[in-house]
Amino acid sequence: MEDEFVLMKGNEAIAEAAIRAGVDGYFGYPITPQSEVMEYLTTAKPWERTGMVVLQAESEVAAINMLYGGAGSGKKVMTSSSSPGISLMQEGISYIAGAELPTVIVNVVRGGPGLGTIQPSQSDYFQATKGGGHGDYHLIVLAPASVQEMADFMELAFDLAFKYRNPTMILSDGAIGQMMEKVKFKPQKKRMTEFPDWATTGKTQDRERNIITSLDLDPYRQEKFNEKLQKKYEDIRQKEVRYEEISCDDAEYLFIAYGTSARICQKSVQLARAEGIKAGLLRPVTLFPFPEKTILSYADKVKGMLSVEMSAGQMVEDIRLSVNGKVPVAHYGRMGGVIPNPQEVVEALKQKIIGG
Amino acid sequence: MAEYTTVNEIISKENLVYTKTKVLTDNVMHYCPGCGHSTAHRLIAEVIEEMDIQSKTIGIAPVGCSVFMYNYIDVDTQEASHGRAPALATAIKRLWPDRFVFTYQGDGDLAAIGTAETIHACNRGENITMIFINNGIYGMTGGQMAPTTLLGMKTSTTPYGRDQALMGNPIQITDLIASLPGTYYVSRQAVHTPSYVRKAKKAIRKAFEYQQLNKGTSFVEIVSNCNSGWKMTPVQANRWLDDNMLPVYPLGDIKIPEEK
Repeated sequence: MEDEFVLMKGNEAIAEAAIRAGVDGYFGYPITPQSEVMEYLTTAKPWERTGMVVLQAESEVAAINMLYGGAGSGKKVMTSSSSPGISLMQEGISYIAGAELPTVIVNVVRGGPGLGTIQPSQSDYFQATKGGGHGDYHLIVLAPASVQEMADFMELAFDLAFKYRNPTMILSDGAIGQMMEKVKFKPQKKRMTEFPDWATTGKTQDRERNIITSLDLDPYRQEKFNEKLQKKYEDIRQKEVRYEEISCDDAEYLFIAYGTSARICQKSVQLARAEGIKAGLLRPVTLFPFPEKTILSYADKVKGMLSVEMSAGQMVEDIRLSVNGKVPVAHYGRMGGVIPNPQEVVEALKQKIIGG
Repeated sequence: MAEYTTVNEIISKENLVYTKTKVLTDNVMHYCPGCGHSTAHRLIAEVIEEMDIQSKTIGIAPVGCSVFMYNYIDVDTQEASHGRAPALATAIKRLWPDRFVFTYQGDGDLAAIGTAETIHACNRGENITMIFINNGIYGMTGGQMAPTTLLGMKTSTTPYGRDQALMGNPIQITDLIASLPGTYYVSRQAVHTPSYVRKAKKAIRKAFEYQQLNKGTSFVEIVSNCNSGWKMTPVQANRWLDDNMLPVYPLGDIKIPEEK
């Protein structure tokens, strides 16, 4: 498979990339539209290839707590799920953020609320980028827009998770999870043989015991810890912003979209330009940290921005915060699993921004 | 000025027959006087020292009074969210198969909110040791009904006594666990008298030793007291435990490996 393209579903690419990234353990629970991740893993038998542990947990609640345990003992562990399952994991994710454990969580988003639909959606943006569970915390959030990025972001997600001792979420959706595209994988990486000094690997004589916890009953110490977390998030905001600019140089109007919506907007840019509308696309690759400075820099250059999301309008709030009223910002979206087509996005630009 | 004498000054070295295990820290325990947790902690620590496995042991603390277990037992420890200790232990043991992994959980943690994790870890036969402290009440939150609260027993959420028609029966989680093929050793013990303490220690020792066999989950319930939650003196609580808890939760091995 090395150095050659293969045709694969996004979900399968995640699984293969996880094995190649030297992941020590995958813990998950089946849910549509991401069940292919665990199906691929249990078929590929990575325990024979790399020694990777794969376990179907009794629930998403158990799976996320298996991540806590595994990451707390220094190992590279991950899970994948889809919206309702990710909601179930939120308590555990909060504990993981509070205990500062490097973990990777893949959310192949489907439409909600509730049981909703199994069709693709982007309505978990708030949950992914604002914390999701209780307490003041953030995940690092990566938004792949292709099957190739599903594969590439696996290693990046772990690198960031370990660099900052912070959970990283790959926020995908049912379209990217299910669609097949060509993808090229990186060579097999070895699993870790050295472990972080804070991990519970067994207390040896040369050190104090390691304790993994998010508990501190003293409010002043707890506040200090929270300040430390916030400093970490600020550091991440400064150093880890990633985005892509398409036809932005001479753009008078900007589509801002991530993931599947960004793929659609690439076509919308072409359609708009064919009509003489100078449109460009800014695609946030990291949703936390959000490319707020870059978006602000476009406030003086463009006449308006259209946030295109498969939701009722969630990321649009961050865009408005970024430009702080300097330029008109509107939202266009479809909900409940409906995917917009490129032409309707152009029409929305005309109606909401150009004509508005 | 008053002169203070410490225990160590009274007992001369040649008369010293018992010392605290090195696997217990010097931290003063926050448990109420008379509480069984401190004894249960000590037994686990002694077993770890005697088996010389401190460097290979990873403990999981629960949510409940024993949330601070890691302040006392000197091993690498993870503090789990409420009920999920067996999920943590599952992952740790699978990722570190040569380590000794144990959970320490109360009745609310293990038999109410964490029932699914308990049952499924045992059903998979995770090669871990689970220590289950059953005192029939939620101690830390102020004495509310537990899944193991006895019928008629008064708690802050059953002020007129646990009514079977309203709140069901005390759950026999340990018997349930023993019925699963994944468990290798299941025993119910107590720590409120010296002879019970000795038996409990033997059971805990076996439970840890069995991890080396890789044959499934070892599970030790300790029927314990909560004099604060039960609104009794320590002596009254131990008597009440004998008279009321033990008939419902009889002591002894429930499932033992077949000797060959």
